[in-house]
Amino acid sequence: MIDPVDPAAWVCPLPLRNHDRIVTGHGGGGQMSGELVEHIFLPAFGRSAVAGLHDSATMDPPVDGGRLAFSTDSFVVSPLFFAGGDIGRLAVNGTVNDLAMSGARPLALSAAFILGEGLELAVLAAVAESMGRAAQTAGVKVATGDTKVVESAGDEVLYINSSGIGVVPPKVDIRPGRAAAGDAVLLSGPIGEHGIAVMSQRSGLEFGTGVQSDTAPLAGMVASMLGACADIHVLRDPTRGGLAGALCEIAAGAGVGIEFDEDSVPVPDEVAAACAFLGLDPTHVANEGKLVAIVPADAADEVLAAMRSQPEGEGAVRIGHVVADHPGVVAAYTPLGALRVVDQPLGEQLPRIC
Amino acid sequence: MKYLDEFRDPELARSLLAEVEATVTRPWSIMEVCGGQTHSIIRNGIDQVLDDRITLLHGPGCPVCVTPLGIIDSALEIAARPEVVFCSFGDMLRVPGSDCDLFSVKARGADVRVVYSPLDAVQVAADNPDREVVFFAVGFETTAPANAMSVHMARKRGLTNYTVLVSHVLVPPAIEAIVESEASRVDGFLAAGHVCSVMGTGQYEPLAEEHGVPVVITGFEPLDILDGIRRTVAQLEAGEARVENAYPRVVTSQGNQSAQDMLAEVFTECDRSWRGIGEIPSSGWRLADEYRAFDAELRFGVGDTAVPEPERCRSGEVLQGLIRPDECEAFGRDCTPRSPLGATMVSSEGACAAYHQYRRLDGVAVSP
Repeated sequence: MIDPVDPAAWVCPLPLRNHDRIVTGHGGGGQMSGELVEHIFLPAFGRSAVAGLHDSATMDPPVDGGRLAFSTDSFVVSPLFFAGGDIGRLAVNGTVNDLAMSGARPLALSAAFILGEGLELAVLAAVAESMGRAAQTAGVKVATGDTKVVESAGDEVLYINSSGIGVVPPKVDIRPGRAAAGDAVLLSGPIGEHGIAVMSQRSGLEFGTGVQSDTAPLAGMVASMLGACADIHVLRDPTRGGLAGALCEIAAGAGVGIEFDEDSVPVPDEVAAACAFLGLDPTHVANEGKLVAIVPADAADEVLAAMRSQPEGEGAVRIGHVVADHPGVVAAYTPLGALRVVDQPLGEQLPRIC
Repeated sequence: MKYLDEFRDPELARSLLAEVEATVTRPWSIMEVCGGQTHSIIRNGIDQVLDDRITLLHGPGCPVCVTPLGIIDSALEIAARPEVVFCSFGDMLRVPGSDCDLFSVKARGADVRVVYSPLDAVQVAADNPDREVVFFAVGFETTAPANAMSVHMARKRGLTNYTVLVSHVLVPPAIEAIVESEASRVDGFLAAGHVCSVMGTGQYEPLAEEHGVPVVITGFEPLDILDGIRRTVAQLEAGEARVENAYPRVVTSQGNQSAQDMLAEVFTECDRSWRGIGEIPSSGWRLADEYRAFDAELRFGVGDTAVPEPERCRSGEVLQGLIRPDECEAFGRDCTPRSPLGATMVSSEGACAAYHQYRRLDGVAVSP
């Protein structure tokens, strides 16, 4: 872990001292932009990560074979800081996990910031520091970046786009189309924590809960799973759209059906209570540190054991299987023994009237 | 988990199902009044595991579904005004008006905000004295007290920039209209527990007595509903017709007196149109005369004009339990959650939405 940094100690006497908030000049590409890099991003991400501040970072090609994986994602979460995480940590873990879902070992990330005029520099510094820590934990470098400033009407605007490059080991072939009838469906732990943690602190909806975001890097656990079975068919992190969204995408992508047992899906008590209160389905609520794995049935126990051997997967369970029936459709057995369709949420999750 | 797991226990569910099966001797039709109950029934597959002789009919109790098209159009017109901050519960934003919904108006630049309590809208008004803040006050007896309270608080705080667009409807007149209809095939009702938690159980007693229908007040968890069905079947088989409270952990016979007092102060009873059903006498609330200054319809000169429903939409029959959603020719083909003809398909508590979401394995053909 890198040591905590006091953002105030980074700031040079001029001109950052004149600006405790982001102004348009910070995005102009001139001295003020450079000072943001010098005094905020480099201390947070590590000077060695950025090779000479060129327009692009360079790195050596992988020597052990395999294929490159390349992924990008944008992060616009509100609020910026929530129980268990913040937008910076989310950006790193999110991109690391996107790479990991193809079985890749992440090598390097980019960090592009879009900042609203008026954002406090201390907020930016705290987010950058959190990104640096998350990158350190995930074993990945933040190798390149960018900053733009946009006009904003007093709101706290901070968006991050992060792309990542990783290496997929030879013979690993993980993609939705490989889900096949008979495969086992594994889930790495309890669902719904990230979505409820963020919603509980969202303006206008604040409610008391001890739920913390599950945001975590999953590449280490994936490496362990591949050690148990190199022939993992599909991995997917159930982020927006939740478990239901991830399974529906897999079913549609492979043209197979998926069935799971509702009772086997772990839902923490506080998540279940919040969902009941808001009229939401826990399988639709976002996660940031979980994965779904579709694996050959005869390898399921070994992969499950590998997941449980890692802190991110200690609550891993087998929830169902892939079927040849109802291609493209996910279905769940209810506690009463009925079979119901599990659909993707249509759009934004909206709490009901009553 | 306390208060949830207890009401989802599969073993208890099986014993309730067995008791229904042992009691029933002939077919009965039972209507659950509330959309929340419909959703729970379809999501948990209660109707799939219930004795075949019991038919569950889905009732009119979805507040989003029954809000008339004319009111939605008024909301869209008000929300589009530049001086207005339009506040609404989230699930009203997707409901189609004549040509768009609140999401579309918001995307075109209107200041439409989702609030979780009408008191939040009052605070928006206090924080924005140079804007007109309008709250979309919809729903049954459940949401009405808090909406009434918001008007009361706005007056107390001296806010002149807060108004409410009221479209409140009441459950008992709707049940009465259904049971009096010649087409009705309802033998007994599962009344909505949260409505009764506000209003008490008394208002259902004359209805049960005069029309000879059992009314069992239930909650929303699977076991609540199964217990309600069990009790209704027991009454029907015994030839009884009375009000029974199967939700005593929430409902008392008197209801919530403070809420009723607030309703009596701010609202007055009126005739209301129900989307898909039509006008039902004395089936709603409007602002009382002394609170008319807070009426958005008057402030902005919009009225609840009669707007024709799409001809192919049979949501009115669905809401009255006359047809099942999948008996409508448009269901799943011309009418889907992405492209709904009626509000029963768009509301999360709507019967058509529940069938579309959970029942596609039952041979119900739907468009991809």
